[in-house]
Amino acid sequence: MKNLKFISTIILLGFLALNCELKNSKESNSGALSSNAADKVYIPPGKYDSFYAFISGGFSGQLSVYGLPSGRLFKIIPVFSVDAEKGYGFNEETKPLLNTSFGQIPWGDSHHPDISQTNGELDGRWVYINENNTPRIAKVDLSLFETTEIIEIPNTAGNHSSSYVTENTEYVIAGTRFSIPVPQKDMPIEDYKGNFKGVLSFLKINPEDGQMNLSFQIMMPGFNYDKAHPGRGASHGWFFYTTYNTEEANSLLEVNASQNDKDFIAAVNWKKAEEYIKKGKFKTVATNYAHNIYNESEHTAKTNWVKEVRILDPLECPGLVYFLPTPKSPHGCDVDPSGEYIVGSGKLSADVTVHSFSKMIKAIEEKNFSGEAYGIPILNFDAVHAGSVKQAGLGPLHTEFDDNGNAYTSFFISSELVKWKLGTWEVIDRKPTFYSVGHLMIPGGNSRKPFGKYALAMNKITKDRYLPTGPEVTQSAQLYDITGEKMDLLLDFPTVGEPHYAAGIPADLIKSKSKKLFKLEENNHKYAVHSNEDVKVTREGNSVHIYMTTIRSHFSPDNIEGIKVGDKVYFHITNLEQDYDVPHGVAMIGANTSELLIMPGQTETFIWEPKQVGVWPFYCTDFCSALHQEMQGYIRVSPKNSDIKLSWSLDGE
Amino acid sequence: MVNKYIVKKIDDITVSRRIMILGAILPLAVFFFPLWNVTLEAPQYPIPLGINIHINDFSDMNPHDIKNINLLNHYIGMKYIPDAIPEFKIFPYGIILTSILGVFIGLKMNHNWFLKWFFLMTILSLAGIIDFYLWEHDYGHNLDSKAILRFTDTDGKPMVFQPPLIGSKEILNFKAHSYPRLGTFFLGLGTILSLLSFFISKKNLKTIN
Repeated sequence: MKNLKFISTIILLGFLALNCELKNSKESNSGALSSNAADKVYIPPGKYDSFYAFISGGFSGQLSVYGLPSGRLFKIIPVFSVDAEKGYGFNEETKPLLNTSFGQIPWGDSHHPDISQTNGELDGRWVYINENNTPRIAKVDLSLFETTEIIEIPNTAGNHSSSYVTENTEYVIAGTRFSIPVPQKDMPIEDYKGNFKGVLSFLKINPEDGQMNLSFQIMMPGFNYDKAHPGRGASHGWFFYTTYNTEEANSLLEVNASQNDKDFIAAVNWKKAEEYIKKGKFKTVATNYAHNIYNESEHTAKTNWVKEVRILDPLECPGLVYFLPTPKSPHGCDVDPSGEYIVGSGKLSADVTVHSFSKMIKAIEEKNFSGEAYGIPILNFDAVHAGSVKQAGLGPLHTEFDDNGNAYTSFFISSELVKWKLGTWEVIDRKPTFYSVGHLMIPGGNSRKPFGKYALAMNKITKDRYLPTGPEVTQSAQLYDITGEKMDLLLDFPTVGEPHYAAGIPADLIKSKSKKLFKLEENNHKYAVHSNEDVKVTREGNSVHIYMTTIRSHFSPDNIEGIKVGDKVYFHITNLEQDYDVPHGVAMIGANTSELLIMPGQTETFIWEPKQVGVWPFYCTDFCSALHQEMQGYIRVSPKNSDIKLSWSLDGE
Repeated sequence: MVNKYIVKKIDDITVSRRIMILGAILPLAVFFFPLWNVTLEAPQYPIPLGINIHINDFSDMNPHDIKNINLLNHYIGMKYIPDAIPEFKIFPYGIILTSILGVFIGLKMNHNWFLKWFFLMTILSLAGIIDFYLWEHDYGHNLDSKAILRFTDTDGKPMVFQPPLIGSKEILNFKAHSYPRLGTFFLGLGTILSLLSFFISKKNLKTIN
């Protein structure tokens, strides 16, 4: 009977959503025309956008870089998926970045980019982004716009409540969406309840280079930890996580995990956790995970295998964790710029629930608890509840903030953005999205200092919004001007993969720090050569190492003989150019790998295992100069038993 | 009254000597500032490529400019700009010796020597400019016969790529600018000051006599 009621509600919601979509598409036609939106997003040729947007690629596994307000795509930074275009995950230098305890994995599901902060403001040094499927967090260096570190998160499955940074980038955090047996073991699935665990992870950041180190984990009850955000200002030192499936169901979750009227927001006092760690209240548990670090001067990544992790148990650490009851499977968990309000969006609800940090502290002091779950105190809802935005829409998901005390919440089911006032909880404006918005992003929206000029809605469904491209159509982002009382739809543009969260930052904070090239004299790659005089070819058994250079417009050496069938030939190619935007590429016929795309001053390596006798060409794949087409060479491959000695051409000889 | 007048004139002589000495010292500024600059502009070089010519060195205007100018020039068969040229060894001594000589003249010798020093500096500077012109001419004309790109002008003669001695000039897709820099201005100013000191000194002596 309960199920029947639920199903009829869903049908009703679907019907409402459809209605909204029909209504919305009518509104859109006049909206954009009347507001002269084109002027607001037009960036003349040669001029720059005012914001960078780093938009997660979702199931593409990557991070794309757009300009706002134009919506122009600048770069797709490969992070968790191989990228043949850039040789990422194919060349010997980047392969180790994709190492995990499950082996080398060519794909990932990237979700929530977050930019490093200093004093609660964006500092534009690094972007951290999580991978959901094989739990990992990556660091993208914003002087290179390249992935320079990936760390695997042990004891975690579905790394979804990740990868948010604290206001001085003390930590980036990770949290498990799926609870699992910890440590893993063979056991009946139906024994989930009470036996599975959900682990939250705190990765300490080195302030010099942004490097992550898994400092400790907290062993939580077997709920699903969905989203998270750090406290800031007064609430700095706390982290907040939404939970669902507090029912601890293990099957047909869409129904069975939706039964409790309230799930929780878990409030974790990480400063307290640090104290407990200092006091030695942790257990050191054996594990095995990959920590992959790319060294910029060696142009090479290396995997370190880590064998243990420190775990805190909330039962033994009073005051570490509290639960804030929050209606209906909350998804988004967002903290306003002041740090006072914690917004929990019950995704099966029509209301947005807001908790007060100061009320929470008071309730903790007064021990105003309504119960406990696995020994963790549950705070009295009324004692922490600041207010609710009533009947704001259907299916609230995520909330971002501007710098004028307003909040903006995305509503998935009713496909709209809703602007409301912090403190009074009144709805100020609502605008349709096309369609079914997930996350939204305001540059700096997850910091003490938002830049409340634009809001970017990222939609899950586009249907008829663009020219059709068969059954699979693009997903999209939509840009709204939020400087006025009412929001104004300016632009929509297609995205790469499925965008989850995004992070935006004023261009001025990072554009001057973007490097133009790698300095050749600082290239410490093991197989680098710094001038054409040093090129050589060496043999160690079946392995042949070619120390090759590129400069406009030739390879050196460009003729090589003495290679034999069955050899393993390493092309170590150094781009000797020291000019901005002069990469060289290289491809070899018959090589079972991608091209290389080598930036000025960089060295990269691919492997070729010749299988057939003959003379085989290689060439430059990046149109480097007027003589690009001439940039080519030959390799002579002799039979396995041939006694032809290694020889190679030197510059013009 | 007459005595006072003469004393003032003697002071003026000292002034002219001071100007001469200043003139002799100023050329030493070439050790701190470049003499000349050649800049190449093209649309795909929003930050232009440039080379600064010093008394004893070539330097990049921005990092790696000379390397990148050489890379472009090899297409049309121009020689690489060398790391060093013999002039870099000779010219600094020339500047130091003429400065010492000028200071000595300023302290000890009569005004006719001021004029002689002026002519010496003028001749040496002209020689330097002619030397620069000849190098530029060779650099722009003496092209590798196996050059990748060989262009001819409207008369069918092989195109040459000599940068202007002074001024701006279109060379293929580049616009080349060649202008003196601070070092040259100090050198010129010093030379002119020696001429000025000669005239002041001459005029004053005439009055005293």
